[in-house]
Amino acid sequence: MGKKDIEEQLKELQKKLNGLKDQVDSEQRESILPIIKELETNADKLKVELYRKITPNERVQLARHPNRPTTIDYIKYLIKDFIQFHGDRRYMDDLAIVSGIGFFEGIPVTVIGHQKGRSTKDNIKRHFGMAHPEGYRKALRLMKQAEKFNRPIINFIDTPGAYPGIGAEERGQGEAIAFNLYEMSALKTPIISIITGEGGSGGALALGVADRVFMLTNTIYSVISPEGCASILWKDSSRSGDAAEALKIDPNNLLQLGIIDGIIDEPEGGAHENHEGMANSIKEKLIITLEELMQYDIDDLLEQRYNKYRVMGQFKEA
Amino acid sequence: MTNLFPKCPNCGATQFNKILIKHLYVCPECNFHHRLSSAFRLQITVDKGSFEEIDKKMRSVDPLQFPSYDEKLKSSMKITGLNEAVICGTAKINNIPVVMIVMDTNFIMASMGSVVGEKITRAFELAIQKELPVIAFCGSGGARMQEGILSLMQMAKTSSAVKRHSEKGLLYISVLSHPTTGGVTASFAYLGDIIIAEPQALIGFAGPRVIEQTINQKLPEGFQRAEFLLDHGMLDKIVPRPMIRETLTNILQIHKSNKRNKPYRIEQYGLK
Repeated sequence: MGKKDIEEQLKELQKKLNGLKDQVDSEQRESILPIIKELETNADKLKVELYRKITPNERVQLARHPNRPTTIDYIKYLIKDFIQFHGDRRYMDDLAIVSGIGFFEGIPVTVIGHQKGRSTKDNIKRHFGMAHPEGYRKALRLMKQAEKFNRPIINFIDTPGAYPGIGAEERGQGEAIAFNLYEMSALKTPIISIITGEGGSGGALALGVADRVFMLTNTIYSVISPEGCASILWKDSSRSGDAAEALKIDPNNLLQLGIIDGIIDEPEGGAHENHEGMANSIKEKLIITLEELMQYDIDDLLEQRYNKYRVMGQFKEA
Repeated sequence: MTNLFPKCPNCGATQFNKILIKHLYVCPECNFHHRLSSAFRLQITVDKGSFEEIDKKMRSVDPLQFPSYDEKLKSSMKITGLNEAVICGTAKINNIPVVMIVMDTNFIMASMGSVVGEKITRAFELAIQKELPVIAFCGSGGARMQEGILSLMQMAKTSSAVKRHSEKGLLYISVLSHPTTGGVTASFAYLGDIIIAEPQALIGFAGPRVIEQTINQKLPEGFQRAEFLLDHGMLDKIVPRPMIRETLTNILQIHKSNKRNKPYRIEQYGLK
């Protein structure tokens, strides 16, 4: 990746500048130090530009970066006394989704999220974060439980999409997703969803009907994978970069389109470089958002939630 | 655009169009239920002259300036004579008033973009206001990729409207025709109180080709067909096309006296 080379070069430059600072003697210091300062500022600016100007394709790669924090990582940093709960009480426990309860800053919450694996073995067990109907049904079971006990719900979204397979279809993949959207639209407790990596289509939306939806800087949210779109559109999946651009799947575009409510900045170098730093930024956003949402009367909250999705879409009537 | 000798996409038999119409576009050779235009579907389903369309003039825009979408919309409008991929309105079936939603796969595979989502949502909202049952004839390739995330959000929007309609104790019957897939399956199409399908209709979330590529093996015979779904408990009933109007009438009549919050009283049925 070109960006990575530049990143390396910048690091090298910073090292050299530091070296220079140590070498210059006290007489020259007065005159040379401002120049060094200026160079440092320039390097910093370039760094900011570097991350601002990542291409849509590079963002897709970052969103899928194997070292990004996963739901289990976020739970470790954010949730005290977490207890994981398993299974949909219908068929099985889908490891592509993890869920449970615990305290967030002293508030009892339900936490649900897609779970990608760290190793190949783990990923096979978790289907790379692609859930079967059981995963969505487990999530809904936990959400209904949260409603019963007035616990806010925090959802972490990171999935390539719903699992495409024989069993998934036999057991009603479409029905499972549909039913989550249907129930979440009127669930009587605050819901916050955060896209922490890939927001892949219906499989993402099944945890994404919420009062507030946030995205981290280097994430995507899309109706179809850029590869899938490119192969339909141009019969050429290698043009996924063009598709990623055309689909407008980055946080800035989605904020402008009114689909998400905010962007949570990633630490320098991206979330994969600093899990704890990322978790801390999420924590701040969650505190402010929960404080706001928990003030509302539940009927007002549901009215707001309905209207939030009601106005999505663009058309003309003439 | 009418083809005088259409070929059955299933068995390849060629028929006079006139004969096919007489058979409601069910192949006399293999019983395959051809895709229907929304106009023909209405004609064979609702009482003559009872349909009043809503939001007829609503049209799509090109919100993302997506490659070749604008041309696609224009050519689809020209070829089909429709403004979009769904027709909604009020109608009567054997004199019972209903709200009708009819998708038309001739228009960009009846994929769901902003207009389809908005019209369906408004249809459910009208049904809430008028306290009417909704009947949706579904058939769709899924979400409309060319509208990006806005098409995905139509799944949430329509599902929310179905929920509100349901909370009023009102009836929603979903009829799945060939093919119903993707984001439409994963939203309003699968949220009916009663879900009916036409014989052999392909119904699923993921497309068969995507599944084949993922699992790298041949799919079983009849996979994702209506009969397969019925066997797996995913449908209430399969109803052949000539029986659909009668079946709908039957269901509507059983629900006619049903008003929520009204306790059942045996006397109202003339029994002691």
